[in-house]
Amino acid sequence: MTGVNDDVPGGRELLRVEGVTKSFPGVRALDGVDMSLRAGEVHVLLGENGAGKSTLIKMLSGAHRPDDGRILADGGQDGSHDGLHEVHIRSAQDAERLGIATIYQEFNLVPGLTVAENIFLGRQPLTALGLVDKKAMRARAAELLERVRLDVSPNTPVAELGIARLQMVEIAKALSLEARILIMDEPTAVLTSEEVDTLFGLVRELRESGVGIIFITHHLEEIGALGDRVTVLRDGRSVDEVPASTDEDELIRLMVGRDIAEQYPRQRPEEPGAPLLRVRGLTRNGPKGLPVFQDVGFEVRAGEVVGLAGLVGAGRTEVARAIFGVDAYDAGAVEIDGTELARGDVRAAMRAGLGLVPEDRKGQGLVLDASLQDNLTLARLDRDTRGGLVDRGAQRREAARVAGQLKVRMSGLGQSARTLSGGNQQKIVIGKWLLTDTRLLILDEPTRGIDVGAKVEIYQLINELTAAGKAVLMISSDLPEVLGMSDRVLVMSQGRLAGELPAAEATQDAVMELALQAAPDDTTNHDESAMEGSDVR
Amino acid sequence: MSAEVKTGAAAEAVGEAPDRDGFGPWFSRAVLRNGPLGGLIALVVVMAVLSRDFLNGQNLLNVGVQASVTAILAFGVTFVIVSAGIDLSVGSVAALSATVVAWAASNEGLPVVVAVLLGLAVGAAAGLLSGALVAYGKLPAFIATLAMLSVGRGLALVISGGSPIAFPASISKLGDTLGGWLPVPVLVMIVMGLIAALILARTYTGRAMFAIGGNEEAARLSGIHVKRRKLVIYALSGLFAAVAGIVLAARLTSAQPQAATGYELDAIAAVVIGGASLSGGSGKASGTLIGALILAVLRNGLNLLSVSAFWQQVATGLVIALAVLLDTLRRRSAR
Repeated sequence: MTGVNDDVPGGRELLRVEGVTKSFPGVRALDGVDMSLRAGEVHVLLGENGAGKSTLIKMLSGAHRPDDGRILADGGQDGSHDGLHEVHIRSAQDAERLGIATIYQEFNLVPGLTVAENIFLGRQPLTALGLVDKKAMRARAAELLERVRLDVSPNTPVAELGIARLQMVEIAKALSLEARILIMDEPTAVLTSEEVDTLFGLVRELRESGVGIIFITHHLEEIGALGDRVTVLRDGRSVDEVPASTDEDELIRLMVGRDIAEQYPRQRPEEPGAPLLRVRGLTRNGPKGLPVFQDVGFEVRAGEVVGLAGLVGAGRTEVARAIFGVDAYDAGAVEIDGTELARGDVRAAMRAGLGLVPEDRKGQGLVLDASLQDNLTLARLDRDTRGGLVDRGAQRREAARVAGQLKVRMSGLGQSARTLSGGNQQKIVIGKWLLTDTRLLILDEPTRGIDVGAKVEIYQLINELTAAGKAVLMISSDLPEVLGMSDRVLVMSQGRLAGELPAAEATQDAVMELALQAAPDDTTNHDESAMEGSDVR
Repeated sequence: MSAEVKTGAAAEAVGEAPDRDGFGPWFSRAVLRNGPLGGLIALVVVMAVLSRDFLNGQNLLNVGVQASVTAILAFGVTFVIVSAGIDLSVGSVAALSATVVAWAASNEGLPVVVAVLLGLAVGAAAGLLSGALVAYGKLPAFIATLAMLSVGRGLALVISGGSPIAFPASISKLGDTLGGWLPVPVLVMIVMGLIAALILARTYTGRAMFAIGGNEEAARLSGIHVKRRKLVIYALSGLFAAVAGIVLAARLTSAQPQAATGYELDAIAAVVIGGASLSGGSGKASGTLIGALILAVLRNGLNLLSVSAFWQQVATGLVIALAVLLDTLRRRSAR
């Protein structure tokens, strides 16, 4: 299973991991992992959250050291190419010398510096006087940007770029290091499908040029499209290595160690209930007279799941935040049971029965260093306060009940939210709203970065909610998920509601056609990058 | 968007336990495991060995008295630091409140009870104003409370005309002892500590402090009225500062407009030594009490050892750095 057999694509072996083991207090993160990477190969690392993917790539990038096992790389610390031999990667610098570059989900970029400065951070070309040679730096940055087909000036501050472009800057930086091994941790998680296409094109080019790429993704359909081989990790072990052409069901089975009956277990209601939420003519003007969203109107009925699809930057998150009272809006109305909600008042929205699971779980959903109990009961703090004192006993009971209901994998309610896996963190954010009288739950990218097993659990929870007469408004950039779970699909494009499709008519093509629709008055020419930026908080 | 672009590797590394390869003798381990309390005990042991007079009951009560004003100020500052803010104004607010009490009682002849209530109200109002600047004016807490530091001190000087005002005899009793042995400042410190602990652990505002300090956006999206809570948090800090100011003036039997200068730094140091993080979301009243006691034990012990006041400052600085360093190590190894 070390992958030395030669019936695999790609060239010379660049990297081999043999029996690598790593323990943290209380957890065996990696337990005898084997893997190999060849030049000119895209090697997918697949596994549920907590399976050990992050630990493995951190080991390859010098952030962790193995307790046991060996890492072999082609070429020594001095950059020679004389076949595989054991290496000790003790720091990011060691990894860099071995030609290993890693692109994390959270980028290593300094927002205030320009693109060129970020690419050459710490390695700026110098003039004879020892000053930074800005001209040379810009010229070299421009070359790299052209290679990654990123059409921005090297002088642009990275703070002005959206996520997709930030990622391209990271890749340019990796290219500038002449990386021979490129590790990409879920690069597509935050990209729209168009951006994914661009990224794939670039990855294929790198593969052609002989770079070995370790690619982590939760999107199974990407594996066949891009990958050559797949190493599946489960519970810290490398359970199998299979060709990327392996079918999805088999991959899921390897990953979770059991069969998952159905990926989208939506039970659609016979007929929807009474209207719960009605949004009319919702409009918010942006800074330069451009609307953030305009004249958005729709209805959500009890027992329904309504999907809100569209490209990143189409204004979906902004509409959700306006409905929930986080941001104010300029015109229109939000009604619950026919009663208009006050603008910009989260508490009023909560009293009316709304709940919001924000897109950025760690940044907006959780108090990471607080306990699970405190996180779960945060939205009901006032109702647990009696006679001026918080009833901690009631909080503990309620938190324990909902953690049990959601099957949160934890050591106890006192555990901090930071230490949970992504899927379990998301359960906590959702659980918070199960502990209030939420009747309409707005889910913004509910399964982003979550493994298949946890996804299905969240879908089942959505079913339970709607079966109990509650409603769900689900924003998602994962089209199969929107189509699989929604009873109706609303599509937003450039701040407007471009159309509505019942489940029966909602296909990928139909949704994409609406999502790409231009605004009726084409004079409002949106700057796409600015829109992207505004979506990244 | 800056939240998204963070130094990934560094941010990740914080969450991980370091590789452990034998960590010194049992002594440092015991200190690491028990945090600030271990540090206090170690310091007491060292002082007791070095000076015969240290463990004397009367001296220990002295330490308590010396710690009391810092501790009461620090309890109030704990609220602010837990909510990821900072309050630099507490020393000035303490002096202002004490001056108001003395002025109202001694110069204007108001009943002592009214004078004290007025002093407490002034402290709370000063905090409320800082809170309003932070919450609604969107000023950084550092700047808002730095302004209040100057304004508070200035007003104390204006009201007093720059010279001390005698404190009414009936409240000066606060500086005395109870039953001939228990110093009242120590008692006030304990009561204020219990109140602070109750606020932090069991009240809506207290729980909200942790949520706001841990993740303000998550707190807001969970229906916590963050701005209103900040008003309450800074007002509480001002109120605790007023109590500290009155205790200090009672000990000195006069309200001095220049009193408690620089005490805000001791208070912040006590909170941080006690294990709170300046980035918010963590902190305990008991830790803050221990922090204040560590500072007081150190000064008292160094006095007993006849170490010069100049060297005492050096030692205090080193202890602050060491305490926080140890606490950081302890947290990392506990993860």
